[in-house]
Amino acid sequence: MAGIDFNSEKPIFQQLSEGLEDAILVGAFPEEAQIPSITEFSVQYKINPATALKGVNLLVEENVIYKKRGLGMFVAEGAVEKLRKKRRESFCGRFVCSMVQEAKRLGISEEELSQMVKKSYKEQSGSEPGKEG
Amino acid sequence: MGISVEQVAKRFHTVQALKGISFHLEKQKIYGLLGRNGAGKSTLLNVMTTRIFPELGKVLIDEKDPFTQEEALSQVFLAGEQNCYPEGMRVREAFRWSKVFFPGFDADYAKRLGESFGLPEKTKIRSLSTGYASIFKLVTALSVNTPYVLLDEPVLGLDANHRELFYRLLLEKYAQHPFTVVISTHLIEEIASLLEEVLILKEGKLLCQEPVEELLSRGYTVSGNTCLVEQYVQGRQVLGTDQIGGLCSAYVLGAVDPESLPEGLELSRLDLQKLFIQMTS
Repeated sequence: MAGIDFNSEKPIFQQLSEGLEDAILVGAFPEEAQIPSITEFSVQYKINPATALKGVNLLVEENVIYKKRGLGMFVAEGAVEKLRKKRRESFCGRFVCSMVQEAKRLGISEEELSQMVKKSYKEQSGSEPGKEG
Repeated sequence: MGISVEQVAKRFHTVQALKGISFHLEKQKIYGLLGRNGAGKSTLLNVMTTRIFPELGKVLIDEKDPFTQEEALSQVFLAGEQNCYPEGMRVREAFRWSKVFFPGFDADYAKRLGESFGLPEKTKIRSLSTGYASIFKLVTALSVNTPYVLLDEPVLGLDANHRELFYRLLLEKYAQHPFTVVISTHLIEEIASLLEEVLILKEGKLLCQEPVEELLSRGYTVSGNTCLVEQYVQGRQVLGTDQIGGLCSAYVLGAVDPESLPEGLELSRLDLQKLFIQMTS
């Protein structure tokens, strides 16, 4: 998992939960695997345990993580699919719109941009871990 | 339960150090006590542990008055500016004596912590360097196992590695046995993420007591071209600005609305240190 950026506009708990999502999406924490405890997150990232709990609870509420009493926290079955769906829904707003905005600022045409996208797809084909299943 | 400070005032000769301060600290939370030099932080911590008598007001620890009920006092440990051990005492003996005053003191744990910091056990307390004098206090504070631990400038003279080690150990200890921690410090940036709540003192008064996350969400920073920033902040409540060349950062109070942000301006979070500086200058 990536570190916490304490200068980011995003609250720390949100960064933690997104970092955890990334880790689940790339398979660092597979479904049904145990994730680190609140204490481990807190010590590792030097954050208050209440903040760590708030971050993890965001994913508990979405049923991506579940708690087993006395045993710890685990990645739920179907978590990857759930996260992928959620990320797809926000993909356009998060990435495409800002990309187009920047492209316009630099005077890159729609044609040129789609060329770049195609080229990038080609270069990265085969090395993509999150291929369609 | 918790610590209640009610209308506490204290004057030293002509200086009114505390001007009627009231607040309540809950159990098992990590608090930051922030204030500029002379704001009254140390005086406040000393009053809370009966090392200084307040002129007015009172302190209650779990609803008991520590000035009259000794058992209330034994619930609190202050790692303060003053060393309370005889100066000729060696570190090892000091740990032994701590057990007498604080029955919950874990000598084995203290020994292990001391070793991880490289604290020399046989050295006399008065011969410790500034950094190791701080470390000695920190090790004691983490080993006393009282429900309330107050740390006055805990990382004074510590190098970056030792500060990092201390923050980790504190969080580990807190996770295993939650207790109330109050940390007064000038190194706000380093410690901000550890804190759940902050109390800000200014000139002997309590400016605010608020969860860090809430305090930081009261505003935001916009940076970019000075003209653009100046235009943007028109009609908004600005805490302050920093300028460098043609670039400007403005600290704005209010909710962020990324949609209304003109192109070319960047949005970032308020940081506790900047907010503190703007609030207390």
